[in-house]
Amino acid sequence: MDAVEATHLRKSFGAITAVDDVSITVPEGGVFGFLGPNGAGKTTTIRMLTGVLIPDSGSVTIFGTDVHKDPLAAKLKMGIIPESGTVYSDLTAVENILLTAKFFGMDRATRNERADEIIDRLGLHERRDDLVRTFSKGMRQRISIACAIVHAPPLLILDEPTTGLDVYSRRLVIDTIRHMNREGSTVLLTTHNIEEANTLCSIISVINRGKIVATGSPERLKGMFDTARYVEVAFEQPVRPDLFTTPGITRAEPWGDKWRVWCDDPDRAVKHLAAIAEQEHLTIVSLATSNPSLEEAFVKLTGGV
Amino acid sequence: MDWTLFIRSILVITEKNMRIYYFKGPVMIFGLLFPLIMFLTFFIGRDLDLILFFPGFLGMMLFFTASSVGPLITPWEKREKTYERLVSLPVILESIVIGDILAGAIFGIGISIIVFTVCALLLPLSITNVLLLVLAFVLGSVTFAALGTLLASPTTDNPSNIMMLSSSVRLPLVFISGIFIPLGQLNGWLFVLTSLSPLTYLVDLFHAALTGDAVYAPWVDMLVLVAVTFLFVGVAKVIQQRNLVKGI
Repeated sequence: MDAVEATHLRKSFGAITAVDDVSITVPEGGVFGFLGPNGAGKTTTIRMLTGVLIPDSGSVTIFGTDVHKDPLAAKLKMGIIPESGTVYSDLTAVENILLTAKFFGMDRATRNERADEIIDRLGLHERRDDLVRTFSKGMRQRISIACAIVHAPPLLILDEPTTGLDVYSRRLVIDTIRHMNREGSTVLLTTHNIEEANTLCSIISVINRGKIVATGSPERLKGMFDTARYVEVAFEQPVRPDLFTTPGITRAEPWGDKWRVWCDDPDRAVKHLAAIAEQEHLTIVSLATSNPSLEEAFVKLTGGV
Repeated sequence: MDWTLFIRSILVITEKNMRIYYFKGPVMIFGLLFPLIMFLTFFIGRDLDLILFFPGFLGMMLFFTASSVGPLITPWEKREKTYERLVSLPVILESIVIGDILAGAIFGIGISIIVFTVCALLLPLSITNVLLLVLAFVLGSVTFAALGTLLASPTTDNPSNIMMLSSSVRLPLVFISGIFIPLGQLNGWLFVLTSLSPLTYLVDLFHAALTGDAVYAPWVDMLVLVAVTFLFVGVAKVIQQRNLVKGI
């Protein structure tokens, strides 16, 4: 059974269509990434999947349970970290977790045991009895995650979980996502961080302007744009752009202290660059070929430059 | 629908509200001081019969305490961004509305019983009908906690907007509810005006319970309070449902 099956979701706010006929299927067990630029419709879609927002049309099932027809049963199967959702500032870290656990009907002993385990895992042991209002953003986000996973949900939904976090908190969040996935939770996460999507996700859907523009594994998405291969070269001396003008090289741009040279055939391009260096008495400092990255696939798919 | 899940969600929301919004030193102190301030404002220095006006005072106090914090909960949670998390938990809109009402009602009853007990020790009060008194406390607190939840429903994440709305609705009700002039002494359009306020029926029910001198039959008072409660809950649910559709 699929963890999430959303079909033909639409949502408009006045004249603006935020989500336009979005259908996604999240298979059980994997890490599904929902990738898109700011304002693409990721959060609106997630809010409809989690029952926070009522769609204009379309349906959502979570492990076969319709979110809008039986929201209580559907929400029991989910742990959610909303994009802007935070925890109660006037409760302590452990009180927030225990209160959330009560919504899922966990008995007292299980609540306490699970809260202790998660607090330790997320490195919050020393602050467990402090009011959340005294916490940094990263610590609040960790509490938010603790609340989302307290009941070991079959489906974990995270909306931009690492945005604005410091390196330590970000690493903890990513480790926790991986741990939950290993423990059996299906994970659905939205992000505009391409590196994060590339390293975490087994399947990615790219959304742009409210529509799904591509779905597949990161490698498959990269492969969709096989022509966009390039060579990065750094010379010790300054070079003229016209040196790169040759058949097979489609474009060359300064790229930091290097040149990025887009080409049809990297092998030919490397040989040409070596020939240029020889001919012009230039010293090559570094030379690297690259296959298209997920970032480039993302830029292509979302119509960026 | 799974009723066990539904009832559990109501109870946890009630607990959440009590812990975060009601069981706070300043709120409790305000809850206890408020009746004293109202008493001093309206009774000291005036030639009013304390026993005669006590049901009105009791009704006014229950009205204010039960509806005091409720209007602020939803706007506050929207501002703090905890509302979205709450909605994503295993709850439905009805759980939130009823949980908010229950918390307000418990606070209203708790404070009112404390104040009533203190007054009963200091004043020569008599109770004509204990059952009616209990019903008046319960019905009144639920009705006006429901009013508080209704006032929390408009689209805003700014508690000060709701404070203004709340004051502009609640304060006029006090003056058209037979608190300062007994209903029996009113006639014509003034009597019609008082009949439009739900607080009138609570005050009348307290009169029936404490002095036995009520204008309406107790069942009429109770029926009106129950009907008004359903109206408040229904309208609050419709508005909050519309907010969910609009995404606000």
